[in-house]
Amino acid sequence: MAGDHLPLAELTSSGRPVLLPSEIECSFLSNVELESENSANFSVRLKSGLLILTTHRLIWLPPNPVPPGSKGCYVPLAAVSHIVSKKSMKSMFASPRLSFQVSVGPDGRVDTKSLVRGSRSIVMTAVMRGKGDVDSFVAKFWENWRGRAWERDNEELGSSSSVKSGHESGSGSGGFDSTGMRMVGVAGILRREQEIWESTDKSLHDAFQDLNALMSKAKEMVMLAEKMRLKLLSGSSQAGAANNEEMGSKEEMQDWLLSVGIISPVTKESAGALYHQQLSRQLADFVKFPLERSGGMINLIDIYCLFNRARGTELISPEDLLRACSLWDKFDVPVMLRKFDSGVMVIQNKSYRDEEVFARIKTLVTKPDTLRMGISASDAALTLGIAPAMAKEHLLTAESQGLLCRDVSPDGFRFYVNLFPEIISDDLYVVQHHGVYAMWNTIVSSA
Amino acid sequence: MQKLGDFKLPPFFNYPPYFTLQPVRDTREKQIQLWKELILDYCKTQKIFIIGLEEEFPLFANPVIERSLTHEARETFLSALVSEGRAEWLDKGRRKCLILWHRIQDWADIIVNFVKDNAFEDGVLTVEEIRSGIESRGTELYGLDRIILMRALKLLEHKGKLAIFKGTSTDDEGVKFSI
Repeated sequence: MAGDHLPLAELTSSGRPVLLPSEIECSFLSNVELESENSANFSVRLKSGLLILTTHRLIWLPPNPVPPGSKGCYVPLAAVSHIVSKKSMKSMFASPRLSFQVSVGPDGRVDTKSLVRGSRSIVMTAVMRGKGDVDSFVAKFWENWRGRAWERDNEELGSSSSVKSGHESGSGSGGFDSTGMRMVGVAGILRREQEIWESTDKSLHDAFQDLNALMSKAKEMVMLAEKMRLKLLSGSSQAGAANNEEMGSKEEMQDWLLSVGIISPVTKESAGALYHQQLSRQLADFVKFPLERSGGMINLIDIYCLFNRARGTELISPEDLLRACSLWDKFDVPVMLRKFDSGVMVIQNKSYRDEEVFARIKTLVTKPDTLRMGISASDAALTLGIAPAMAKEHLLTAESQGLLCRDVSPDGFRFYVNLFPEIISDDLYVVQHHGVYAMWNTIVSSA
Repeated sequence: MQKLGDFKLPPFFNYPPYFTLQPVRDTREKQIQLWKELILDYCKTQKIFIIGLEEEFPLFANPVIERSLTHEARETFLSALVSEGRAEWLDKGRRKCLILWHRIQDWADIIVNFVKDNAFEDGVLTVEEIRSGIESRGTELYGLDRIILMRALKLLEHKGKLAIFKGTSTDDEGVKFSI
């Protein structure tokens, strides 16, 4: 089994890999086999899975649906000692391959610390059978392996040098100097044009460099927030029954920080054809917390805002969000998309039950004040602690089930508890002693 | 108890949703049922035979809770009566509705009883005498709408119980009974 040799990849409930604190996903390839060369006590044979390249790891996930016994695992980039680039004529006909050497410890396990003594090297090969931009994957693989992001993790956060160093290496190409040779004629004009063009290119490049710096700063902020959140989390558990007010503010702070950001947003660039699928899974993980806060159901628009705020720079379009939500049917995730008759779309927990809300609405509309005055969607939103648009959906659903009925007047659109079933049409003046109609009658006639 | 003239209003007359046409089927059916009963009751006690949809009708508004029926709602409730034979549209535009708290057949029976009670079995009466004569005073026929009366008389004529003829004076018709 792969697990004997490669470390297992931890997954979220929606099937996305759990990433390390500063780990970022860079590229995805589907239908990839991962195998090792034959060796005495090391053998890996993984068939047609999803290969995810992150700044720290090469993660292999089993295909969907997951074959029994198959588990996701990963190769830490730290354990890769050499990348073998094969470019032969054969690759025109056979599936593209990517080989790399991995250090394996004496126990036959891939070693995270590549400098342990007694380790040997094993060649592993990824065979890309699926469609996808293999070249860019390979290029990213090189880049990330050289980037050595895992080493930076150990350094102190505040030192800005760590962030800079990652970007300095790429900027060398702009400085092309004009050797002082005199050029005349057409060639000279062309040459001058070339120089002007290059300088514009360089300033553009510099401008983007600033943008990169900004983005890496943003990443730093997210990391800082995450770190503070963890600190607060551990702090609050120790403090126990400390000051209540302090606890409250701490919780608020936690919420703030929790909503600061997604460190590794799934992007079209990194995921390619798998974009919507991966986005869908990431979204399923993301909505858990906001769903909890809003009582198990949340407006799609609200999620759109929250999700994009968390992503920061890698914004997604409404269509992407919708597609990501519609894909949930295919995965085993605990959330679902629901469309109300009015067209309003919400995300809700699969375990969500309308009955609970109806029970709450029922208690609400049989209170003396509401019996007399009815409730508007905004009243209900305040009392139930949900968004007005959602409250209205709930009220309309309750109406369609006969729990409520409506009152449309110049005062607005209000809902009342449905008394019609209790009124006797054979004798219009009878009010039976028990029931809501009697309650209503008492309250209205006493007013 | 709230009243409209000398008419006692039911308690649910102060229930605001009663005045909004309910969209949900079951609720709406019950609402229509209640309106039908109330309209018939009211018209019967107040001797109202025609409801004009574009005119003010006291039953269709409740100033206490500041609610009134929309045109659509009025038409819906009256149409429900029409479909049960308890009302008739007097024009294609559905602006006037004849309310039949007694069906035409029932009115015909009342006329027959009235004729028997007053021993007019072979007599002659003008149409106007039936609805405003001394004999009809104190009966349900007194003040009966002419349209309804003519319908009931035509029904009886059809059954051979009377004959309607043009009188010598052009302004009225005569009825010859043969019950």
